[in-house]
Amino acid sequence: MLEVSGITQIFGGVTALEDVSFSIRKGDITGVIGPNGAGKTTLFNIITGIYTQTAGRVVLNDTDVSGLPPEKLVRLGLVRTFQNIELFGGMSVLENVMVGLHTRSSSGLLACSLRMPWSRREEVRIRSGALKWLEFTGIADLAGVTAANLPFGKGRMLEIARALAAEPVIILMDEPAAGLNSQETLGLAQLIRRIRDLGITVVLVEHDMELVMDICDRIVVLNLGRKLTEGIPCEIQENHEVIAAYLGDDD
Amino acid sequence: MQFDQLLQYTLSGLSTGAIYALIGIGFSIIYNATGIINFAQGEFVMLGGMLTLFFLETLKLPLWAAIPCAVAASTAAGMLFERLAIRPLRRPTPINLVIITIGGSILIRGLAMLLWGKDTHSIPSFSGDDPIAVGGATILPQHLWIMGITLLIVAANKFYFYHTISGKAMRACSYNRRAAGLVGIDVRRMVLFSFIISSAMGSVAGIIVAPLTMTAYDVGVMLGLKGFCAAIIGGMSSGGATVVGGLLLGVLESLGAGLISSGYKDAIAFIVLLLILFVRPQGLFGKAQSERV
Repeated sequence: MLEVSGITQIFGGVTALEDVSFSIRKGDITGVIGPNGAGKTTLFNIITGIYTQTAGRVVLNDTDVSGLPPEKLVRLGLVRTFQNIELFGGMSVLENVMVGLHTRSSSGLLACSLRMPWSRREEVRIRSGALKWLEFTGIADLAGVTAANLPFGKGRMLEIARALAAEPVIILMDEPAAGLNSQETLGLAQLIRRIRDLGITVVLVEHDMELVMDICDRIVVLNLGRKLTEGIPCEIQENHEVIAAYLGDDD
Repeated sequence: MQFDQLLQYTLSGLSTGAIYALIGIGFSIIYNATGIINFAQGEFVMLGGMLTLFFLETLKLPLWAAIPCAVAASTAAGMLFERLAIRPLRRPTPINLVIITIGGSILIRGLAMLLWGKDTHSIPSFSGDDPIAVGGATILPQHLWIMGITLLIVAANKFYFYHTISGKAMRACSYNRRAAGLVGIDVRRMVLFSFIISSAMGSVAGIIVAPLTMTAYDVGVMLGLKGFCAAIIGGMSSGGATVVGGLLLGVLESLGAGLISSGYKDAIAFIVLLLILFVRPQGLFGKAQSERV
């Protein structure tokens, strides 16, 4: 479903990624792990159109999407969340998600501004759609709160709700467990499984190994800008190269 | 000092202030969507007045038809300005953009001068010039038009930004442009919208004020600066704060001109601008980074 081939990214003289290739299967939860500086976030930024890679291709459902801007990728069903949550601070929680449904809105600016009957129906539909996603992530009771006032964990749930509202086929999460307490992390694991059960493919960059090993179907390991290996969690746990990359090599 | 006189100054100050508010909101909308202070904003105000005149006198349209034509033409100019001068920039820095908008404003003003000359023109009032007595003061019907249209536009604006998806998307851009792109909002299209809305509002301001103050190719400079001043007082909000800023500025100017000397009329606006920038750069009502757009 998502295929990354030969991705190379050079910043000035620094090679952040070198010839990274892997493919992600539909309906899987795939973890991308690696020590700090392995290039995980850079890879995410390339896939989601924030950076343009020096070389290589990103293919989504047989369409070459390399170099497309983020808003086009969203329309093709590829969304992401950030490690440092990025919300619309001055807007309410509900409005944040309604904006996520923006891409699915069909009536034009003029119709919206003039409050035509069909645009009113649209607004009602969008509002109830947004509420549905807030319920899905468990923050429906906070719908009227200003996003900037949310505690961090709830902010992350909101970011996920907003991403889901765009009705993605694949969602990329950059360290979704960062900054969450253990209780919240448990909730997150369940939420990610429920997202997968909706038929949405999930890719996450994550440092919390317990979470990764628990929920991922497959794991891709990056180290120093290259793909070290990939496989199912128990293979990765026993892979000596991976252990060496994380703990250092004595040889 | 008589009460009637004070009332008179205040009333005419309020209507000039309404104009400043409209122009100021135009500044804020573009600033919030893009981070640009669009110093060409005043030129759209000028275009509103001058184009109305053009449609009235050259094309012999009646006033009711000339006005929408002028708004449409000024809005098209605003759109063109965004497409040709703002969008092509690859990696714009704020200073590039400021200089481009200043350049654009000089260009538009120059073209207007070549097309229509340097004369000052007047536009007929919308509904006559019979004064209306209010207490001991009098106002013109045009003053009522100004107040009414401003109120209508401010309300429409509020509605757009808070109750339509497109407006919410524009607010989203102002809070977090990166995230806006990532939820599928076409940020560049929103930037274009912001120019469209601002130039339309600016031109309306230019049209409704023209019967009172006359219009010429260079009225945009001063009106633009006053509008900017209103936006600064309002902390670059596109809502009530900038309206209050504009009204306050209008009344101060009018009282200053009446009570001190009419020579100080423009100086007052700039003294207020400097004071605000020194003392409360976040705006008079600013909770520092408060309501934007």
